[in-house]
Amino acid sequence: MEVLVILVPLALCLGLAGLAAFLWSLKSGQYEDLDGAAWRAIADDDPPDVPNGEAPHPVTPG
Amino acid sequence: MQATRDFSHYVTSVGPGLAHIDLAVEGVNCAGCMSKIERGLSALPDVTLARVNLTDRRVALEWKEGALDPSRFIDRLAELGYKAYPFEKASAENAEVEQTRFLLRCLGVAAFATMNVMMLSIPVWSGNVGDMLPEQRDFFHWLSALIALPAAAYAGQPFFRSAFRALKAGGVNMDVPISIGVILALSMSVIETINHAEHAYFDAAIMLLTFLLVGRYLDQNMRRRTRAVAANLAALKAETATKFVHGDDVSVVPVAAIAPGDVVLLRAGERSAVDGTVIEGTSQLDQSLITGETLHATAGPGSAVYAGSLNISGSLRVRVSAASEATLLAEIARLLDNALQARSRYMRLADRASRLYAPVVHVTALLTVLGWVLFGASWHDAIVTGVAVLIITCPCALGLAIPTVQTVASGALFRAGVLLNAGDAIERLAEVDHVIFDKTGTLTLPELEVTNAAEIPVEIFALAGQLALSSHHPVAAAVAQAAGAKSPLVGAVEEPGQGVRGEIGGVEVMLGKPSFCGAERLVKDCADSDPEASFVAFSRGEDKYLFTVRQGLRPDAKLVVAALKERGIEVEILSGDREAAVRAAADALGVDAWRAGVTPADKIARIETLKRAGFKALMVGDGMNDAPSLAAAHVSMSPISAAHLSQATADLVFLGKPLAPVISAIDFSRKARHLMRQNLYLAIGYNMLAVPIAILGFVTPLIAAAAMSGSSIIVMLNALRARSADDHARFARAARQAAEAQSLSFGDA
Repeated sequence: MEVLVILVPLALCLGLAGLAAFLWSLKSGQYEDLDGAAWRAIADDDPPDVPNGEAPHPVTPG
Repeated sequence: MQATRDFSHYVTSVGPGLAHIDLAVEGVNCAGCMSKIERGLSALPDVTLARVNLTDRRVALEWKEGALDPSRFIDRLAELGYKAYPFEKASAENAEVEQTRFLLRCLGVAAFATMNVMMLSIPVWSGNVGDMLPEQRDFFHWLSALIALPAAAYAGQPFFRSAFRALKAGGVNMDVPISIGVILALSMSVIETINHAEHAYFDAAIMLLTFLLVGRYLDQNMRRRTRAVAANLAALKAETATKFVHGDDVSVVPVAAIAPGDVVLLRAGERSAVDGTVIEGTSQLDQSLITGETLHATAGPGSAVYAGSLNISGSLRVRVSAASEATLLAEIARLLDNALQARSRYMRLADRASRLYAPVVHVTALLTVLGWVLFGASWHDAIVTGVAVLIITCPCALGLAIPTVQTVASGALFRAGVLLNAGDAIERLAEVDHVIFDKTGTLTLPELEVTNAAEIPVEIFALAGQLALSSHHPVAAAVAQAAGAKSPLVGAVEEPGQGVRGEIGGVEVMLGKPSFCGAERLVKDCADSDPEASFVAFSRGEDKYLFTVRQGLRPDAKLVVAALKERGIEVEILSGDREAAVRAAADALGVDAWRAGVTPADKIARIETLKRAGFKALMVGDGMNDAPSLAAAHVSMSPISAAHLSQATADLVFLGKPLAPVISAIDFSRKARHLMRQNLYLAIGYNMLAVPIAILGFVTPLIAAAAMSGSSIIVMLNALRARSADDHARFARAARQAAEAQSLSFGDA
């Protein structure tokens, strides 16, 4: 049962980490557009994020 | 000539040299649209961000301040095939968004705490029958307390606050028993843990909050979403006014940027977006949206113009007295206030349930404690059992019973083209047994249509359409649209207030007033058969033709009236229009009860009479004159084309040409109400089973957790049935068949 000394803090930390991740995702606006997010996941490719005027980095297949 | 469009009102600065604008976009509904729009807009120089929000149907844009004019975005989107318009977030909407985020944060905290507490509780439950040492059990209980107490203090805020507000106001709502239950369960568990007892209820308390927050969040999210869509629709109406900036220079600005005292230009064929007084020019005004009257009124210097009036013939300069939302006649505003007060007395199903529920639960818990003491149990044991009763009866399923159904039903309504303005509209709509329709703009379409198109030779019709394109007159616009004309006739000249004159192949062609074209003789024959219609004449040399133009009935109006009657709902027409016009519409639809020339006060009086007789009336109307009666009725609906005020007052707003959404709304609400009641019975039935077990003192934390999640899941699954309504499926089939039959017969003709 000595293993509890490690397991319990570990479990608590993992729980807190999960919560922190959730709050971060909420704060960064990931729940603002759930319908859109569903589609973006299967869209062919995202429109380039780079500012206009600069060429996007070349992508090599494979 | 087009005046410059000025959207600077909507542009905000988001950083050094960066500007931001939000656009509402129509017709975005798939992934394809999303990437098409984002690519199309990103390709514009200087644009740094273009992101579509598919849920709210909006685009957020950021660009380097300077060269780029925001109207370029609108034009670009128009090229891509989307209608868009800048959009300003109302403060009410910001508050809704903030509230939604807060609830989601609470839900996240509660859900993570529940999962972690469960991880500690399950070993305890299994350890109780196995080989767990009491010290280990106490340790796990303390850990649970460490997680559950702060989490409940944070995630319980929405309930504690609302319960406190209700108690301060001297009332009781559903949050009062919830708060009492959670607080008692947590305090008892702490005391039990200190005393090394076997059972602690941290898991039950935090799980309860999680389930309830799910219901709250769903409810709030639905409300936020409807509000966002309604705000988009308002923005997409793109109400602009042509404002004089200096001297005779004009600029087209959004109505939101107009202030009282400004002078605006109202051209022929434009609808006024402001209230004001004419300072120059004379014209005919169509005020049917305001009064229901289809005859035109004459306006000259000094006469009042109300928002929603359509300018028919000449140009007017108008000094603004009140812009967009502040508009309206004092009489209508006063009636509206009174009517709205009367309606706020409606009590929602959930509130009625909690008013009964809270006292019963608390009395049961108290009796349990006293009963056990009488039977000789110690005070400690008796109180523990009493709190267990409170925990098991805590209205978990009851809290989910109504919001889940409402969320699913409003989704179904949304797909049927109905938007909810009021949260409790579904409940009130389900009780309706009497429908009152306004005529102009509600039973009829707001646009004019040519009714005798079949009698006019195709070639003549096309020519008249081309000629009509040169005129601003709304009747001419209807002819042009019906003819499908694309290019105007070269060299056509408009004679204001008379018609259009042109020449083709050396023969003079004219379109306009019958007297202008010398066709008075034809009018006499037609006027008797259709008293409501307007006439426009066309002449080519000596050939003369007459077009009959009128507001047509909505295509499925007759079917809808029949379907309402079939559902045992009485139908009535109250209109501010002339008797002949109302009689014609009532006869065509098979409605026996109708009244014409009705004032707003008369409409309210009629609704009050119905109310006293015990009827629950649904008012369907669009005009400004309908706004007070929309507010007075038990529940109200407006088409999307309605005047601002009516749309803001109506409980539901429906989209598109057909009237069918009225039936959809009634069917889905009836089904939803049925399911809400069923859910309440399910929740109460669960309590009937669980409470005796709790009173007898057999409830362990395991039983509490299983009962709570079991009942919640059953209620949620039952709510999913609100997606479809049998009656409505039948109606939709009939409507489809009728539409097919109509298009077939039209094809034959």
